[in-house]
Amino acid sequence: MDIFANLWLGLTVAATFSNMLYCLIGVFLGTAIGVLPGLGPVATIAMLLPITFGLPPESALIMLAGIYYGAQYGGSTTAILVNLPGEPSSVVTALDGYQMARQGHAGRALSTAAIGSFIAGTIATVLIAIFAPALAAVALQFGPAEYFSLMVLGLIASIVMASGPLLHALGMILVGLLLGMVGTDVNSAVPRYTFDMPLLADGLNFVVIAMGVFGIGEIVANLEDEADRTVMTKRVTGLMPTKEDWKRIIAPILRGTALGSLLGILPGGGAALASFGSYTLEKKMSKTPEQFGKGAIEGVAGPEAANNAGAQTSFIPMLTLGLPSNSVMALMIGAMIMQGIQPGPSVMTEQPALFWGLIASMWIGNLMLLVLNLPLIGLWVRMIAIPYNLLFPIIIVFCAIGVFSVNNNTFDVYAMALFGVVGYVFRKLDAEPAPMLLAFILGPMMEEFLRRAMLFSKGDPSVLVTRPLSSVLLAIAATLLAAVLLPFVRKGRKQAFQEE
Amino acid sequence: MTGIRGQRDFGIGVIYLALGLAGFIIARNYSFGTAGRMGPGYFPTIISSLLIVFGVITVARGLFRDGTPIGAINWKGIFLITLSVCAFGYLLERAGVVVALLALILISAAASERFRLEIRAIAGLVALIVFCTVVFVEGLGLPMPILGEWFRN
Repeated sequence: MDIFANLWLGLTVAATFSNMLYCLIGVFLGTAIGVLPGLGPVATIAMLLPITFGLPPESALIMLAGIYYGAQYGGSTTAILVNLPGEPSSVVTALDGYQMARQGHAGRALSTAAIGSFIAGTIATVLIAIFAPALAAVALQFGPAEYFSLMVLGLIASIVMASGPLLHALGMILVGLLLGMVGTDVNSAVPRYTFDMPLLADGLNFVVIAMGVFGIGEIVANLEDEADRTVMTKRVTGLMPTKEDWKRIIAPILRGTALGSLLGILPGGGAALASFGSYTLEKKMSKTPEQFGKGAIEGVAGPEAANNAGAQTSFIPMLTLGLPSNSVMALMIGAMIMQGIQPGPSVMTEQPALFWGLIASMWIGNLMLLVLNLPLIGLWVRMIAIPYNLLFPIIIVFCAIGVFSVNNNTFDVYAMALFGVVGYVFRKLDAEPAPMLLAFILGPMMEEFLRRAMLFSKGDPSVLVTRPLSSVLLAIAATLLAAVLLPFVRKGRKQAFQEE
Repeated sequence: MTGIRGQRDFGIGVIYLALGLAGFIIARNYSFGTAGRMGPGYFPTIISSLLIVFGVITVARGLFRDGTPIGAINWKGIFLITLSVCAFGYLLERAGVVVALLALILISAAASERFRLEIRAIAGLVALIVFCTVVFVEGLGLPMPILGEWFRN
């Protein structure tokens, strides 16, 4: 079988000593930042991007990916122990996990979360190995019109995950597209929106925007409510689930995996939506729905499996189509471009070691997390207790040095400060910056594909709907847009985000 | 209050409108081209026009629909954090990385309500500066002078 040959190739790449080490660093850092509220994977990956320049591409991506799925683990730890979800995706884990902890079952809740995540991660790895090549094969037939439509779909999908009013999210996409146009136009060599500043000729650096908006801007927002955090300092005992527990959690884990994998592939889906969906599903399936919210172990197992599966499968569109389904994937694409790799369907054929190595590393990383996470609970508990006023200056230091190191230029430092203000203002106005960042990255590619598509069709825009694949993609985008506008879905979104 | 009923809608709408108008006016300097042969101004003009449309809709919604107010703005936080990052940029090459980091950490830390110069904080401050100097300048070789122009000659 091809799949096994490919996975074997991946394992030989991922299991080298140095790559295992980078994977370990990634998942360890990821868990740590997942535990620390106020520091998410997006800011961390943005901060570490400059450091990865010197690494081989495989090692860089393996480490960055580890941060992402490690953060899902860490987020659930704080959700269970202190009722503070470190990540949006673990919001629902806090509902029943924290109740279990209060009843003295913190150990069982934590191990259920870890085991659920591991099973989901293993299945999702196999799913990626099966579906990614198929999707890439389809994508290889894409012309410029299809790519343009695909990106429209990606952008529309990104508003589904955005909190706040839809109108704001749509506007943020346009702002991102406009920001993406700063710099020299590739076709005509005309400098656009550069205000005669030579430093802007290459365009705005997306590390600057990401760190400013997600790093600096978030810190200012976090400083508004410096609440005391009380940690459940009780000793965590009874780590292993009982036989009875196993029977209760296995079905929710599998259902959560299926749901999470599906939502993860959809652009804009990702982990947060998956965990919310799984919780609702388990509550509906349960014979004792009244136990949910009072420490039902199924309410931990399902969502935890779902968010990890979703985190994993969100790599599929990124790796096969070059289409980021969330901000983290957008940063991964940025990392690839900086390493000189053109993201898209050709990655699999031209860089098989990178592609399969990354996939295999996810499974190794999940295994590491399962082994590491439970013995290290004591360390994580102590990390939760770090006060934010000691933590945030450190984050700012790493942001400042990191952004300087991209081009060794203080201009980028000032630009980051500016985007910090911008990020704070957007947050205050209920406009989520994630769609803007996606649009910023996709914008230049979108324009290029639109130009080429129009050149081939001699200016006839109907080419976007007469080519079958392109019209299907646009139809999905339109359906999605209509769906989020429906009151039912809007209500669901509100519920999913109101507890953040 | 004023006639603005949804502050958040109104605020972001004004931003969209301003960016859209600026984008549109600037893009008029770039040749537009035709749909078949798009000039550098084609895509920016479309995007800016859409942004203007969204700006108008959002502003209108802010005027006619009630929304949650913006709430307190953390002026002290935004001012000190921005100042600290700019101070770092200004001092990095002039005074060197040690002074720049000192300014960055002290000014930004002052943004917190709980800022106090106690032994533990000072120890952390020194440790962080030493760590950054050793790892980033000595270890990774970033071109940041440990002591800048001001301290030479």
